[in-house]
Amino acid sequence: MFEQFQARAQAVSAEVHRFAGAGPALDFVVHTLLAEGVAPEPGRRAVWCPGPILGPPEPERLARELPGLTFEVTRAAAAESKVGVSELDWAIADTGTLAQDATDPRRRLPSMLTETHLAVFRTASLVPDLATLLARVDPRRMRYLTCITGPSRTADIERVLTIGVHGPRRLLVVAVDA
Amino acid sequence: MADRTGFHEHIAEALQNPNLAGALGRFSEAYAISRAKAYEGIDFEKLRDQIVEAKGNAAGKLDVLAGRFEAEATRAGARVFRAGSPEEARDYILRLCRDRGVKRVVKSKSMATEEIHLNQALEKEGMRVKETDLGEWIIQLAGQRPSHMVMPAIHMTKEEVAAIFSKEVKERLAADIPRLVAVARQELREEFLQADLGISGANLAVAETGSLVILTNEGNARLVTTLPRIHVAVVGVEKLVERMADVVPVVRALPRSATSQLLTSYLSVLTGPAPGPEGEQKELHVVLLDNRRTAMGADPRFAQALRCIRCASCLNVCPVFRLVGGHVFGDVYTGGIGAILTAWFDALEASEHIQGLCIQCGNCTQVCPARIDIPEMVVELRRRLAKEQGQPLLQKGIFRIVNDRRLFHSMLRAASLAQKPFARDGMIRHLPFFLSGLAEFRSLPAIARRPFRDRFREIEQPRGLSEKVAFYAGCLVDFAYPGTGEAVVKVLNRAGIEVVFPEAQTCCGAPARYAGSFAVAAQNARDNVAALEGAGASAVVSACPTCTVALTREMAETLEAEGEHEWAVRARKLGEKVVDFSTLVKRLVDQGRLRLVPGEGLPAVTYHDSCHLKRTLRAEKPPRQLLQAVGHEVKEMFESDMCCGMGGSYSLKFPEISKPILTRKLESIRKTGCGTVALDCPGCAMQIQGGLHKAGDAVQVRHLAEIVAERLA
Repeated sequence: MFEQFQARAQAVSAEVHRFAGAGPALDFVVHTLLAEGVAPEPGRRAVWCPGPILGPPEPERLARELPGLTFEVTRAAAAESKVGVSELDWAIADTGTLAQDATDPRRRLPSMLTETHLAVFRTASLVPDLATLLARVDPRRMRYLTCITGPSRTADIERVLTIGVHGPRRLLVVAVDA
Repeated sequence: MADRTGFHEHIAEALQNPNLAGALGRFSEAYAISRAKAYEGIDFEKLRDQIVEAKGNAAGKLDVLAGRFEAEATRAGARVFRAGSPEEARDYILRLCRDRGVKRVVKSKSMATEEIHLNQALEKEGMRVKETDLGEWIIQLAGQRPSHMVMPAIHMTKEEVAAIFSKEVKERLAADIPRLVAVARQELREEFLQADLGISGANLAVAETGSLVILTNEGNARLVTTLPRIHVAVVGVEKLVERMADVVPVVRALPRSATSQLLTSYLSVLTGPAPGPEGEQKELHVVLLDNRRTAMGADPRFAQALRCIRCASCLNVCPVFRLVGGHVFGDVYTGGIGAILTAWFDALEASEHIQGLCIQCGNCTQVCPARIDIPEMVVELRRRLAKEQGQPLLQKGIFRIVNDRRLFHSMLRAASLAQKPFARDGMIRHLPFFLSGLAEFRSLPAIARRPFRDRFREIEQPRGLSEKVAFYAGCLVDFAYPGTGEAVVKVLNRAGIEVVFPEAQTCCGAPARYAGSFAVAAQNARDNVAALEGAGASAVVSACPTCTVALTREMAETLEAEGEHEWAVRARKLGEKVVDFSTLVKRLVDQGRLRLVPGEGLPAVTYHDSCHLKRTLRAEKPPRQLLQAVGHEVKEMFESDMCCGMGGSYSLKFPEISKPILTRKLESIRKTGCGTVALDCPGCAMQIQGGLHKAGDAVQVRHLAEIVAERLA
């Protein structure tokens, strides 16, 4: 299922990275934030909505390494950020999609206003298709179910595919096995 | 709506716009390929079954589902307003804006808000309204209306967009698409952050959970539904489905059919208001818009249109849309489906000119994920329009003649004499005076000096043949291509079949029916049923697919629509015996009753599928198999099943559209390098042969019957 997910996600311009555990995945996220040039100035910051997969990050260590990073996801912080990090609850193999209970807007914002989105999910949460997911979740217990398939895109001018309109230009998918 | 002359001027403008023809033409060609790729590994017919079931079931009980949705969404904390009319919907939203002190509005794409002309109403109240879908924003800045339901700005070039954006940002921008997209991101970002109200549509609304399902690629709908403190979703009630599971087939089809994607970048399911970004409680209002949809659902002829998922694939494959675009072909909703929706959501009369553009080729019926038969509904619109407004005088006169077989046939005979000064080699290149338009872009076949009905009497058929088949000639074979009729007789005789020709047969009624003149078509149907059912024949064969379709099903439908049930029963019974030439002959070959002798070293030929043979009778294989059986290689042309532009009387009504459709067809034929184009339809033959003749092209047009008749054992 992972191979199909990876192929489909890559086909829509997502970058897929897989790690055996949370440790190396966390290192990759931090490394990417550094590589993206995250800094404490508007337009270069990063917002990170912590979750159970990468565990509670060590704010002090990360604050030292990445002074532009905040774990307080607010609308203002997200609007000034270049990079967003969030965890997603499920992945759909046959479309290369990530899905999330985004009722809490702090889980949603890192994937909305930023230019780069680091999307972390557990490989074990893969389901074969949307039908399986919709049968599993109860929308009545979830105000906002969000599904993400590749970066933001448009073909509204002369049908030329252009990546990154209102949402992220770059989607890095971080799959964690354990 | 413009008058008739005004409408033709609109068409002329669109046809002369090189951007439009280029962009739409290239798109529709690329679409066919990318759509097929997106559907790889999917059983399209099965998926259609699921959509027809889910959406069809919902269309039958919109009121019940709207009630259920209201209860569930309200339970989840949303406020639901059921608007009967556009005014009610607008008033509700305007009142809400006043109460909440709304100053700035951002919108994601919503056809329903365009239908109720919401932007104008909000702006009139002094609000700042910004469309945020890139295409819609371009259109808004340009002060235009969308020309396509999925790609609103497809008619514009990047240069035009650059000029519009330059004006907006007061900076000279190059026509560089990524740069233009970046400008939109930057300009609209502040709008999202400052807006008090976000307005969206929805692709689906789920009754059992009170959820809205929204698909977008740009990510603007997520911002519209998240950042402002109030979210209003304007949703046509036809977006309702009963269960969450019903969402699945629609979501499988919509991105594939609309943009050839497996899934859009974003799919959101909203159930009640979620908290806002600062943890505050947001407001969610759902305006369920009826605007005659429930009435449409109760109309057995039109309920199917409510299954539409707005993928616009019907526009993308339409030979007329790709020439003239949605500013001519449509109103708020564009293309053939747009004509139907306009007739209901606006008024029957508002669809008068738009629906006339449908050439009845049926391309759309093949790709519609909801299996909607647009051409059939267009004919029904024409029937109702003709009933309400009557027929145009000239048309009335023509049909009165067609209605009287003897008069009609004697006039055709007289015309055969009158045309003499203009005919050469059996073709007419120019016609005088008001008839000149008919032969402007294609020559016309001269009316035969002696029609088939006269020549038939002189054919000596072998005696003692055991089976009898009735030949239905149709007007074109009878009066323009009698040779085709003679070939049919020769082939069937060789298979041991005697051909009878009931002389009282008349026009099949298709021209009258497609023009909405059901009373005339019904008279034709009664005459034909009476003439053919008494022929004592095991089958009725026609060498014209349009006539075959008329005889197999449309006569019965016409008679039923005219309330003549008993005649309809007789027509249906007769219809079961009707078969097209190629299908019958292939059957005879398979049964060993007819042997064909393949010719040695015959040149390759190309084959043109007629709309009715391919899409209504689904007989694309028999003619190709017969061509191969007589020794021809079939070299396929590009878009072999694309309409030739004839469409019966369509080419007389819209010669300016018929001509460029024909031009494309001739190009496709020439590109094969074949010296012969084979076909099964005398109407297509008239159009294609006429075009080739006018251009002085040597490519031959031949009916299958003539080709087969030369290769009999």
